[in-house]
Amino acid sequence: MSPIAFVYLATVLFGIGAAAVLTRRNAIIAFMGVELMLNAANLALVAFSRIHGEIDGQVMAFFVMVVAAAEVVVGLAIIIAVFRARQSISLDEPAELKG
Amino acid sequence: MLDLTWLLIAVPLASAFVLILAGKRADAWGHWMGVAASATAFVVGFGAFLQMLGLDAESREHAVHLFTWISGGELTVDAGLLVDPLSISFVLLVTFVGTLIHIYSVAYMEHDPRRRIFFAYLNLFVASMLLLVLADSYLLLFVGWEGVGLASYLLIGFWNHKPEYATAANKAFIVNRIGDIGLIIAMGLLFANFGTLSFDEIFAEVGSVDTAQLTAIGLALLVAATGKSAQFPLQSWLGDAMAGPTPVSALIHAATMVTAGVYLIVRSGDIFALTETARVVVAAVGAITLIMGAIIGMAKDDIKKALAASTMSQIGYMMLAAGLGPIGYAFAIFHLVTHGFFKAGMFLGAGSVMHAMNDSVDMRRYGALRTAMVVTWVTFGLGWLAILGVPPFSGFWSKDKIIEAAFVGEGWQPWVFGLAALIGAGLTAFYMSRLFFMTFHGKARWTDDAHPHESPWLMTGPMIVLSVGSALLGWFLASGDRFTTWLEPVTGHAEEHDPVLAVPVIMTLTLLLVAVGVVVAWLKYGRADVPEEAPAPSLGVLVASNDFYQDSFNRAVLQRPGTHLTRTLVYADAAVVDGAVNGTGVGLLKLGEFLRKFQSGQVRRYSALILIAVAALIAGVVLGVL
Repeated sequence: MSPIAFVYLATVLFGIGAAAVLTRRNAIIAFMGVELMLNAANLALVAFSRIHGEIDGQVMAFFVMVVAAAEVVVGLAIIIAVFRARQSISLDEPAELKG
Repeated sequence: MLDLTWLLIAVPLASAFVLILAGKRADAWGHWMGVAASATAFVVGFGAFLQMLGLDAESREHAVHLFTWISGGELTVDAGLLVDPLSISFVLLVTFVGTLIHIYSVAYMEHDPRRRIFFAYLNLFVASMLLLVLADSYLLLFVGWEGVGLASYLLIGFWNHKPEYATAANKAFIVNRIGDIGLIIAMGLLFANFGTLSFDEIFAEVGSVDTAQLTAIGLALLVAATGKSAQFPLQSWLGDAMAGPTPVSALIHAATMVTAGVYLIVRSGDIFALTETARVVVAAVGAITLIMGAIIGMAKDDIKKALAASTMSQIGYMMLAAGLGPIGYAFAIFHLVTHGFFKAGMFLGAGSVMHAMNDSVDMRRYGALRTAMVVTWVTFGLGWLAILGVPPFSGFWSKDKIIEAAFVGEGWQPWVFGLAALIGAGLTAFYMSRLFFMTFHGKARWTDDAHPHESPWLMTGPMIVLSVGSALLGWFLASGDRFTTWLEPVTGHAEEHDPVLAVPVIMTLTLLLVAVGVVVAWLKYGRADVPEEAPAPSLGVLVASNDFYQDSFNRAVLQRPGTHLTRTLVYADAAVVDGAVNGTGVGLLKLGEFLRKFQSGQVRRYSALILIAVAALIAGVVLGVL
């Protein structure tokens, strides 16, 4: 199986993740979309690593995982804080930053 | 006393400040303090004069260093006074005539609630005028020059509750500014060429500078002189300046300030000596003004305006003399001094007449005042004889010399200038006699409420003193060439030249023309009845009584285009300069408004934007656009 197929898969996963972020109002779902995009990127990195026969991409994927773990902690905390404040986790409701 | 000359300026100046700052509590004695300040200045000036008389002719130039005015790096400007025969002559004229007019004003302004302020301004004027004539550099002279301009403005507009008087003050001030620009340009040129503005240093180096530069300096100085001395083409303000109280007209606009231009030319004699062109222009300006002023004077029914036109014309004589070079300087100053006496005397006489006639200035409503006001009649008569140049009165000695000097020279100049001076004498005789006869002779044409009476002695006293001067001063100063010898250290020795006509011929012609002028005036305004209303004017009278339509000319040629130019500039300023500044602001504001739309506060919209932007960037990189 050619490693390029994984790149196509990563692209599809990224698209699905982006669509989830852009279309869903629920913050948790959107958050999951972000995770999906991150993992798509990881997959692409690993695939490129294989294609080029170098280890760099795989190392980078580890970094991304660490960052994603940290991001999940912060992100979920924010979502809970927002929920406590507004009794809702809809992404469309908070618009205090409107310029 | 020579070293104390700074008191001449300090005393009147201090008095002016005290009078202004002391407020109403000084109302009771303020006017006498003004008189005392002026009199003190005269005493100091006279003391300096006596001390100077005791010195040799060569050592009569005395410099008084006051203080270092400006000190910056290589440039040091000292403020100092130059006391020499020329400046002392002016000091004596200004303080003596000034003191008399101060005394006169005590009575003349008695019923004016602002008399104290009036005296403060008069003192300010005396201080400024003395600074002008005593300064040892053009820069310090300029301070005095502006000071007298300010005092003149304040005093012309003294009754500024009348809008037309306030306008007259503005007019005088603005026209004088044009002259001042001439002086500023002259100072700039002098500094560029000599690196200094002090008289001594400039006159010592004057030979090493290009003639073209000197001509430019001379012409710029002439512009300054025409503004201050009401000479063509900047003479239009003097007639309106008669809006001021009559003592002001006598002191500032007849005897002293308006002669500052002549002083400037004579003081700069060393510069004019090297530039024939500038000299001829000075003489031409003088000749034009003397004829023009005389013609205007013939058509005026307002006694003060007629006298103002006469002042213009007489200063024209002085300018003409000053333009003739060393031969004329002494006569210019001589005529200036005698004119200071007889014209101030006549103005005070006019003030006395106005005082008696309910402040009316219309000579058509005077007439036959000689019986009601004997002292005024006699004193005015002496001034009249003096200005006519009837021997042995003052004007004869000074004006005749100018006419003779004007006939000296080669080519067309003696004929043009000489004949102008000669004809001017005849015209002067006519309009002054017209004024005199209309006022004091003929039938009484008084308005019903007029009850002419002689003025109080505080007014007649100064008039008598001035009329004695009008009668005798010329003879006294001319006998033995006293005055010309006295001025010689400053004006230089004039070579004797023969006029193109023999002197007796000139003198006879002058006296003949004067006699004709007087007789014509007597026939028309003395013996015949003068209509109370001015008859329909002929074209000539119309033109002359409107000052040759110079106001209209100025309005059409200078003021209107000036206004339009200003408006265009204001518009251009608003559209271009302000437009660029405001446009930047408005543009940034619009840009902000536009960018605001992206700040919706909607998280999903932000993420969409980020996605689109990243996609666009990648597309750009891939396609090779970026």
